[in-house]
Amino acid sequence: MLAVEVEDLSKSFGEIEAVRNIGFEIREGEIFGLIGPNGAGKTTTLRIIATLLKPDSGSVKVFGYDVQRDGEKIREIISYLPEDAGAYRNLTGKEYLEFIARFFAKRGKFHEMVKRGVEIAKLGDRITDKISTYSKGMMRRLLVARTLMVNPKLAILDEPTSGLDVVNAIEVRNIIKDSTMAGTTILLSSHNMLEVEFLCDRIALMNNGRIVETGKPEELKSKYNAKNIEEVFVEVVKCSEI
Amino acid sequence: MLGNIIKKELKELLTLSTLIFMISIAFMYAIIGQSIGKAVHKTPQKVNIGIVNLDKGSFGELIEHVLKQYANVIYIGKSEEEGLRRLKEKNGVALIAIPEGFTQNILSGRQGKLEIVWIMRGTGIADLVSTGRVQGVLGMINREIAKKLMERYGVKDPEIVLNPFTQKASTILKERRLNLSPAQIGEKMSSQTMLTSIVIMMLILGAGGSVISSMGLEKENKTLETLLTLPIKRSHIVVGKIVAASIVGFIMAVIYMVGFSFYLKGLVPSSPTSGVGTDIGLNLQLKDYTLFGISLFITLLAGISLSMILGLFAENYKSSQMLSFPIVGLATFSMLLTMFKDLDTLPTVLKIVAFLIPFTHPMIALRLLMFGKIQLVVWGIVYVSVFTGVVIFIITKIFNSDRLITGRKRRRATS
Repeated sequence: MLAVEVEDLSKSFGEIEAVRNIGFEIREGEIFGLIGPNGAGKTTTLRIIATLLKPDSGSVKVFGYDVQRDGEKIREIISYLPEDAGAYRNLTGKEYLEFIARFFAKRGKFHEMVKRGVEIAKLGDRITDKISTYSKGMMRRLLVARTLMVNPKLAILDEPTSGLDVVNAIEVRNIIKDSTMAGTTILLSSHNMLEVEFLCDRIALMNNGRIVETGKPEELKSKYNAKNIEEVFVEVVKCSEI
Repeated sequence: MLGNIIKKELKELLTLSTLIFMISIAFMYAIIGQSIGKAVHKTPQKVNIGIVNLDKGSFGELIEHVLKQYANVIYIGKSEEEGLRRLKEKNGVALIAIPEGFTQNILSGRQGKLEIVWIMRGTGIADLVSTGRVQGVLGMINREIAKKLMERYGVKDPEIVLNPFTQKASTILKERRLNLSPAQIGEKMSSQTMLTSIVIMMLILGAGGSVISSMGLEKENKTLETLLTLPIKRSHIVVGKIVAASIVGFIMAVIYMVGFSFYLKGLVPSSPTSGVGTDIGLNLQLKDYTLFGISLFITLLAGISLSMILGLFAENYKSSQMLSFPIVGLATFSMLLTMFKDLDTLPTVLKIVAFLIPFTHPMIALRLLMFGKIQLVVWGIVYVSVFTGVVIFIITKIFNSDRLITGRKRRRATS
């Protein structure tokens, strides 16, 4: 079954066309990356899939549910991590995980879910400290933990390692990779193309609201005779502008 | 799910620092009131005075007699200098000098003149209360001398001359005849209507401020997007925030009112805050209290809903505080209007404005119910219910739209 089906999706804000007739599919269990520079339309696409924004035209389905009609159903099976997300500063890390778990945990699974969140966050004793005392890296680990602890069918991660130092970024990437073993499909966006190359099974390159290329990182590198995805992106953009 | 949202909201809004701040404000109110009350209370009923009596007549003796009855006379003699020295030593308030020939002057048809030297130690409430007490005694002396003079001129009952008639007032107030003057009714009613208006204003500001802060915090902490993608109905998020704000507003109102009641008690120890209606024959039945309760509850919801709409425009916690001004303005307008005016006596335009502001309705409900104007209270409830329904509908629409995420309609979303 397809996890995500996007067809002819468009979204404008006033006169600015953020997303222009894009289409792509994500298979169940894969890690799919949307990559492109800032302002390419990645966040808008993710927000539409996460039911935060309504599309102007086109169709978006998540595990067969339509984002316009079945928003509530979709929100039961997804978990979304915005790029600049925060958490409730007056709660402790554990209280925050418990708050989120109460929405997702089925009968008797609550403590198990929170325990998994605590393990993913790897914050040690600090998990019982107030979030207002956390560093940026600790906060991001907590947010990744709350996103993945609920075992969503689809995790939508917008720039998951944004603002993290190298050590924290590597840890977060490993957590994301591991989560697919539990059956979670991952859709992530990043402007860090090396990260995407490391993490993703397939990628879509976005520029100016359009998807300019889709494929497996290795296939794309070979197709454009490039050493890495950054070079692929430069080539693709050049070709698309001709 | 709803409980989870409410619990989270309460944890976010009712922090220890917020509670300490609220209690501090209430405590300050109480301290100020109690301090004023103590200052008045501490002032002895009989203040210390001195008398320099150079008069050899009967009125001089009369003055001495009255002053001894109503004040602590700590000096009686002939020397002003010595009198002042003694008064300064013993916290005296005034030295009253009866000049030579005082009685003779009055008896021969000339006005007598008492010389009073006040000793003022400060401009505090206690100082003013003390001088007020001496002034009161001097007024009594004036009256006693007047009586003696009248007796001397053959008036059999001087009291009749001084008070040739008394008043037995009865007032027809909104088709009811009450055995009180308008001033007495106003005095009795004002304490209750004033308190009702203040309590309602505090409740609305407390709850409204909470919900605006809540929205501001969601934006500042960047938690709104996550909240909107959780598996809970958007309407439940709205209701959760409203219920939590009501609880916080209620707690705030109780804390402030405890402080405020101590403040009032300090100022007016015997302030008639209950049973006012009964005193003047305007009793409230259970159904009246029920209607008042409904009116208050619906208005609270209206205030919170209106605040939530304003909160949607908040960029962060700081800007959310600024956004509460329209609510503060409307609630204060209603409070002042209902504290100092009766809706019936207002010009038509002001009446319409007052009716359109939801906060006015519970503030006037008690007064209306006392005079049996149930219909107006019911219409008020209907109007505020419709108003609240429309506002909640708009909020839910906004929560289901892109508006919360993108801000202004034409603003560009990130990447």
